[in-house]
Amino acid sequence: MKKYKWLVPTLYIIFLMLPIYWLINMSFKTTTEIINTYSLWPQKFTTENYVKIFTDSTWYMGYVNSITYTVFNTVISVAAALPAAYAFSRYKFLGDKHLFFWLLTNRMAPPAVFALPFFQFYSSVNLFDTHIAVALSHCLFNIPLAVWILEGFMSAVPKELDETAYVDGYSFGRFFFKIFVPTIAAGIGITMFFCFMFSWVELLLAKTLTATAAKPIAATMTRTASTSGYELGLLAAAGTLTIIPGAIVIYFVKNYIAKGFAMGRV
Amino acid sequence: MNKTINQKAWFFVIPVFVLVAFNAAIPLMTVVNYSFQETFGNNVFAWEGTRWFKQILLSERFHAALGRQIAFTFIILLIQIPLGIGIALTMPKKGWGVPVCLILMSMPLLIPWNVVGAMWNIFALPDIGFLGHSLNGLGFDYNFTQQPGDAWFTTILMDVWHWTSLVVLLSYAGLNSIQPAYYQAAEIDGASRWATFRYIELPKMKKVLTLAILLRFMDSFMIYTEPFVLTGGGPGNTTAFLSIDLVKMALGQFDLGPAAAMSLIYFFIVLLVCWVFYNLMMKNEAKS
Repeated sequence: MKKYKWLVPTLYIIFLMLPIYWLINMSFKTTTEIINTYSLWPQKFTTENYVKIFTDSTWYMGYVNSITYTVFNTVISVAAALPAAYAFSRYKFLGDKHLFFWLLTNRMAPPAVFALPFFQFYSSVNLFDTHIAVALSHCLFNIPLAVWILEGFMSAVPKELDETAYVDGYSFGRFFFKIFVPTIAAGIGITMFFCFMFSWVELLLAKTLTATAAKPIAATMTRTASTSGYELGLLAAAGTLTIIPGAIVIYFVKNYIAKGFAMGRV
Repeated sequence: MNKTINQKAWFFVIPVFVLVAFNAAIPLMTVVNYSFQETFGNNVFAWEGTRWFKQILLSERFHAALGRQIAFTFIILLIQIPLGIGIALTMPKKGWGVPVCLILMSMPLLIPWNVVGAMWNIFALPDIGFLGHSLNGLGFDYNFTQQPGDAWFTTILMDVWHWTSLVVLLSYAGLNSIQPAYYQAAEIDGASRWATFRYIELPKMKKVLTLAILLRFMDSFMIYTEPFVLTGGGPGNTTAFLSIDLVKMALGQFDLGPAAAMSLIYFFIVLLVCWVFYNLMMKNEAKS
């Protein structure tokens, strides 16, 4: 029984990799080959789909747009959440519990509910079709998440650390940035990972709030699919490329993921 | 931790409060506004009271979408939670296998949701997809674009593929926090594998599992992009879950009043379930 234990995760990983393999397989085929023949690997190996994406600005700008608003969002979310999480982990104040739950409710709100009002709201403040609009709208679910994760990490740091620093004559600002932030660096890393992840994968709001100038890659894919017929090869190549940023981010935080989940109650 | 009372802590919370209020309160007011009125375009509104709410709550369409949504969420929880625990239990605890498992298993979580849908679409197509082709080759009459049963099967399989890893990672983290002393004690007592799981591992994982169920409930209840790209809610309306139906009503047909009323009812349901869960979770945390 124990000898075959490795079989379960292995089979699971194979199951996870199959659709990804299929996507990559498709991305190296021409659209005609995809439609006309069924094969487990490309018969006429081609990179023309990728060449098209890297040479056509409507395609590669999609990636630039997606990464831009994702990074904006990650920075805004973490910067705003740091002091708030500190307040929640260290102090009692009027309405703290209600505020915390109210924040979480926004993580629970179905984005579909907000799609239309967001469209009208961001149009009325002239932010429609800008990176910052998407970054701000993603704060709706990322800030509550960031506060929640960071609060978990900060609560794990004993309060004596703060008190000792004050006794040693540190001002609050110096203590916070010189001592406290480095102490919870792992937690900040995890938080950034999750903010990046949720902003990167979200499409409904990103698509609703953009037209051309800030259009995310994922939206470029759906629109191209509908306008110029169904270019499956191109679609598969674009899809494959969207996996890469996530894979890079995972690689960097791999040692923290499990720990972060345990401590930060993600 | 005993916290000190400090009202000035509010200053630390202000940036978060403003950002979230800006994003949540103002748009939500728009929704509330629409839900009580009839629009004639050009900013002309007429007060409708609770008419839209009554209309939605009594409509067959809403009942059907809600029913499908509940069935879907229930099925995926039933599959993903035990499967996730099972995989976490069999994962290696040390060595090169750990990073390999963690990286590969996290992959589905970081793929944009519409790419997940598109990927499963070409994976499951009966003529050119690996899954569809294989199933038909094995003698099943499989076509998810035409048969509702197959569409459901594919949507559920896709969600299992997409999100089981979250449960795995959470359970794995919970398992890792168990001190080795517990296992040694169990071994000395001659506890069976099942007893070890039931009386040591499961209670220790309670916190992360509650969280896993909460997250999976929330996210599966709001699912939109993946099934929209995979099946478009079809064939017919058989996989049109709440969000898909809502967007269809709001942006497709521009029935703003009923759509807004539906949004609020929808939000309220999610909120209610999560509130119950959250209180359970906090109670557990306070106890331990």
